[in-house]
Amino acid sequence: MNNMSKIKDRILEKGTLVSDGAWGTFIHQKGLTAEESPEEWNLTRPDDIYDVASSYVKAGADMILTNSFGGSPFKLAPYGLEEKVYEINKAAAEISKRAAGNDVLVFGSVGPTGKILMMGEVSEQDMFDGFVKQMKGLIDGGADGIIIETMSDMDEARVAMRAAKSVTDKEVICTFTFSLTPANEYRTMMGTSPAETVDMLLAEGADIIGANCGNGTAGMIDIVKEIRKVNSDIPVLVHANAGMPVLREGISFFPETPVEMSVQIRELIAVGANIVGGCCGTTPEHISRIVDVVKSSK
Amino acid sequence: MQKEELLQKLSVCVEKGKADQATPTPPDMKGMIGASEITQQLLDLEVSPDDILSKGLIPGMKRIGDLYGEGKAFVPHLLLAARAMNGCLALLKPYFDAGDLERKGTFIIGTVKGDLHDIGKNLVKAIIEGSGWEVIDLGTDVSSDKFIKAIEENPNAAVGLSALITTTMVNMESIVSDIRSRFPENKILIGGAPVTLEYCDKIGADFFSLYPQEASEYLDSL
Repeated sequence: MNNMSKIKDRILEKGTLVSDGAWGTFIHQKGLTAEESPEEWNLTRPDDIYDVASSYVKAGADMILTNSFGGSPFKLAPYGLEEKVYEINKAAAEISKRAAGNDVLVFGSVGPTGKILMMGEVSEQDMFDGFVKQMKGLIDGGADGIIIETMSDMDEARVAMRAAKSVTDKEVICTFTFSLTPANEYRTMMGTSPAETVDMLLAEGADIIGANCGNGTAGMIDIVKEIRKVNSDIPVLVHANAGMPVLREGISFFPETPVEMSVQIRELIAVGANIVGGCCGTTPEHISRIVDVVKSSK
Repeated sequence: MQKEELLQKLSVCVEKGKADQATPTPPDMKGMIGASEITQQLLDLEVSPDDILSKGLIPGMKRIGDLYGEGKAFVPHLLLAARAMNGCLALLKPYFDAGDLERKGTFIIGTVKGDLHDIGKNLVKAIIEGSGWEVIDLGTDVSSDKFIKAIEENPNAAVGLSALITTTMVNMESIVSDIRSRFPENKILIGGAPVTLEYCDKIGADFFSLYPQEASEYLDSL
C-alpha cells in the first residue's frame, strides 16, 4: 500500500478501517503520575511512547494517533512546558511514524484547550495561534493528518479546524464528545447535538467527522445514527470507551472486555461508522478483536 | 415599576445570563437593561439587600441550576448566569462588608492535586454562590495542606473536592483522610465525571452528586 494514499481512499479500498485504542490509560499503567504531563514523555521516555504506538500497529490498526492530546500551549503551560510545544508535538508524530512504518497512517491528536471562548478566558486569536504551533509540530514530525478530538464547544472546534487548514493540506478529522442527558438526548457539555456538529464541520472542510469518549459502543451506535440522519456521505470515525467507568477495588475501571466490545462493533459499522477504534480503557487486545470483526464482516 | 415586579425581572435576567444592558444574549433581551441595572434600581428604591438576594438572585440561579440538572441547560448557560449574578453581588458587597447582609455559610472548593481541570468546579462554585453561600475558590491542583489551611481560616466551612479524570480522582481519598484527621466535623462534598456514590462512601466523604443543584440543596439542609 502506498503511504501517500489518503485515508478516505483507503476507506473506499478496504471498506471499514480500524483505528487505535487508549493512550492515556496505557501511559498511566507505565507509571505516569498525576503530577506529570503525559506529552513530556515524548521527550523524556520516547521508548515507552513508542511501545504504545507500536502495540496498536501490531494489533492491526490501519491508523494510529500520537501522544499529543494535551499538547497545546494552554495544556502544557501549567507544567512549565510552554516553550516546548513545537518540540513535544514534533516528537509525538515522529514516534508514531516510526512505529507505523509504511502501511499505517498517523493522525496527530489535538485535544481541547480547556478554555472557554465565550467566557473570554482566551481570545480567538490566541487559541488559533496555540493550535497552529501544536499542529505545525505534528505535521513537521511527519503526521499524515490531524485529528481534533473530544471537542464540546463548536467555537473552539471551528478555531481548531481553521488552524489545521492553515497549517496543512492533509486530511483533518474532527470528533466531538457527547453524553446522554437526563432529558435522554445526546449533547456535548456545551449543549450541542451530534447533528449540529455535522454542518459546521462540513463548512470548515473536515474530511472525516465523528465522536469519541463519553460513551461505550452502545451509545456510539445511537450517535452515529443521529449523524447519518443528516448526512449519509461523510466518513464517520468512532472512538468508543470500553463501556462506562465503574469502581473496582477503589479504582475506576472501564468494564467492557475486548469480546464484549467487538460484538457491538458490527452494529456500529452497520449504522454507518467507517473507522472504528477505542478511547478510554481500550487496549491493544480490544483493537485486535475489532480488527478480527472487521475482517470477518467482509 | 413595583418592587416585586423588579425582583421577578431580576431573577429572569440572572437565569438568562443577561448581566447588563450591554450583554448581547439572549437575543430577545438585546438592548434591554440587565441584572446589574435592575439591582441598582432596587437599591435606589431602598429595597433590602436581603430581598434582592433571596427573591432575585437566588431564585434565578436555582432555576438555571434545575434546568441544568434536567439536561435542558448546559455549561454556557450556567456560566453566563453566574456572570450576571456576580455583577449583582459586587453591587451588594458593601452590605455584606457592613454585616447588613449575611451569607448562609462558607464553602471551600478546589480541584484536587494533580488535576488542572476547572470547568466542573466553576459550575459548582457558581451554583453554590448563587444559592447565597460565600465560596472560597482554591483553584486547581490543590493539595491537602491548602485545603487544611483554608479550613483553619474558616473553621465552619464545608469543603468541596473536584476531579475530572480517573487517575486524579484517587487523590481525593488521601485528601479526605487528611482533612478528616484534622477536622472530623466539617462536611466534605465530592464531585466530577468519574466520581460515584460508591466511591464517596468508600473514601468517607459526606456527599456526592452528579448535579451542582443537589450539592446546593445538601448544603442548605445542613
